[in-house]
Amino acid sequence: MQRRFVSIWFRQLLADWQLIRRPELAAVPFVFAAPDHGRMMITAVSPLAFGSGVEAGMRAADAKAICPGLEVLDDKPERARNLLRRLGEWCVRYSPIVAIDEFGMDGLLLDVSGCTHLWGGEREYLKEIFSRLKYKGYTVRVAIADTPGAAWAVSHYGKVTPLIPAGGQSEALLGLVPEALRLEQPVLVRLRKLGFYQIKSFVAMPRSVLRRRFGGDFLLRLGQALGSEAEALVPLQVPVPFSERLPCMEPIRTRTGIEIAITNMLESLCKRMQTEGKGLRTGVLTSHRIDGKVVQIAIGTSGATHSVSHLFKLFQLKIDQIRPGLGIELFVLDAPKVDPVEVPQEEMWTLRPGMDDQSVIRLLDTVAGKIGPQVIHRYLPATCYWPERAVLQARSVTEKPASRWRMEKPRPTELLKRPDPIEVMALIPDHPPAFFIYMGVRHQVVKADGPERIEREWWLDSGEHRDYYQVEDDQGRRYWLFRSGHYNGDQKYKWFIHGFFA
Amino acid sequence: MDAKKEIVIKLQQDILLWQGFKPQAGARAERVGLGEIEQVFPGGVFPKRAIHEFITVLPEDSAASDGFIAGLLAVLMEDGAACVWVGTSRRLFPASLSSFNVEPERIIFMDVQTEKEALWVTEEALKCQGLAAVVSELNNLSLIESRRLQLVVEESGVTSFILRKDAGKAASTVATARWKISPLPTGTADGMPGLGFPRWQVELLKVRNGKPGSFVLEWAGEGFQEVSDYAAVKKLASGMVWAEHEGRQIG
Repeated sequence: MQRRFVSIWFRQLLADWQLIRRPELAAVPFVFAAPDHGRMMITAVSPLAFGSGVEAGMRAADAKAICPGLEVLDDKPERARNLLRRLGEWCVRYSPIVAIDEFGMDGLLLDVSGCTHLWGGEREYLKEIFSRLKYKGYTVRVAIADTPGAAWAVSHYGKVTPLIPAGGQSEALLGLVPEALRLEQPVLVRLRKLGFYQIKSFVAMPRSVLRRRFGGDFLLRLGQALGSEAEALVPLQVPVPFSERLPCMEPIRTRTGIEIAITNMLESLCKRMQTEGKGLRTGVLTSHRIDGKVVQIAIGTSGATHSVSHLFKLFQLKIDQIRPGLGIELFVLDAPKVDPVEVPQEEMWTLRPGMDDQSVIRLLDTVAGKIGPQVIHRYLPATCYWPERAVLQARSVTEKPASRWRMEKPRPTELLKRPDPIEVMALIPDHPPAFFIYMGVRHQVVKADGPERIEREWWLDSGEHRDYYQVEDDQGRRYWLFRSGHYNGDQKYKWFIHGFFA
Repeated sequence: MDAKKEIVIKLQQDILLWQGFKPQAGARAERVGLGEIEQVFPGGVFPKRAIHEFITVLPEDSAASDGFIAGLLAVLMEDGAACVWVGTSRRLFPASLSSFNVEPERIIFMDVQTEKEALWVTEEALKCQGLAAVVSELNNLSLIESRRLQLVVEESGVTSFILRKDAGKAASTVATARWKISPLPTGTADGMPGLGFPRWQVELLKVRNGKPGSFVLEWAGEGFQEVSDYAAVKKLASGMVWAEHEGRQIG
């Protein structure tokens, strides 16, 4: 298909925006200025100020001298980009692919391939964009061509016609100034010095000569304008490949209505995903209310799935969060993240349960949807002797342990999160305690095993080593105690309880 | 003699039926490695489609119950199925489960904030047929809640273990079996110093259609082993059954 691009150049983007907000400024010359190296530099100029000779790049003080009564307004960085993003989002009505012009930061580039006939042709299409933006208060120049580069050039510097027919970008560019190629300032200065005032004076020169004199970037820009080099636009809104829309004849206000809407959208979405072998990982339901507000709920799954009943159950848990207000007129269901799904062969007789069992995955999704994914833990062995670091959180349901579980040394069935200090009577130097007092109860130690010394990992933290003892009291209850470091008298608590054995 | 025995067995089965006990449909007489203890359950089969309740008041008791349950899980999870462990203040150390022949990575822990969430997760997990068992640490469980869980268990066939911390309302649930596991002094061969295998006083306070009793068990590395020559067995069995000790009627 023939690619067509539209360039929209906002001639005075910030000035127009300010005039829309404050119409009383129409009679006053004003500029935007931002601090730069300790002085105020002008970044944008209103038409009235421009008429008095004020230009962007001047110092604000100089401009005030040229143009008495000049109003200097503060400029904020990124203001132009934010403004362009909002205008770009509005322009999505003309084409799904809208990008900000990163070179000049004062225009938009639209990929309009296959869009213009909806407005009855390219001329009507451009007229529509121009008049709509003019009605909003923006002065724009538009152009349409086969390449974004050519459209940009014609919109900024073209004098003949904004409509460049298919394949006509070379002729259209010939008479334009080199600035139309989106070149850096040093290259432009060199071109002017050599007497190249129009593109036609150098476009026929051998590429190797041009590269030697002006660099590779110059050739890239030239190629992008002529169409020999591809130029990718970065769209403002990345289109979601799996998306469903459901406009409603009457505003939806009830839970039943929302449930029916979700089921309908899920059915068609899952059917599409099934034929393409994909499964949903994250889903976002956007509800557009008639008062203009937008409500969103999102779900996530542990494994890719295209089962309507399961996904519906996950959404059902969150329907409470949708406030329909006066009613919802449009539902949009997006699947921003999809993964390939293996369609399991139906097994009738063999039942092989395991971690990746479908019902287990569903359970995890349900819990993560209702309470949150942070409550679900699974542990894998870590290559670490320090008890607090002996287990590792698994990242996914199917992750397999990298090392085996250590079983050489006994470990308590219950481990305290923080070791509790205890009072102990023990023989020096390394005998197990004769008795210990924990929570006010005295435990007479009858049997003991140990010590097992565990050193701290000095590259992770500093402190004393621990000597662990496994002890059993006269009632048969078993504990895991440790002495922290050697006896040297400067530490208040030496002994701690760290766990209970079965 | 044989004829008499047959009649007695037949009568026992009939009595079970009259008492309202339904043999589990399609259930094979699987062993869970508890040895003699399994004989006290109706039909001599450990009920898998049931709620097993463990009374744990002291942290030492709960550690012993954890160990005992882990030993049962080793058999229940033999086919590769996963297990869910629900609780609000879990202290179980996953690494220790490997000494009870359980692969700790096959246990999914759900550490929720409130008792209500723990109950909800328990019910959802019990509905999930791909699981072998669900262990829940709850502070209290009312009759209505336990009945609700029982209905789910009967539907799905997942074994439910409930660790309860409140001993006060012990009689008011529909659990099939109520256990109390308390640690006992270990024994070593020939009086060697040090600690032996973990040993417990296993008290079955209540078994529906079965005979409650008290046993001494230890986990002998590979499986449960009944300790017959334990000196205090008799004394404990006769005098110190926990329920009587507390002077309470167990339903």
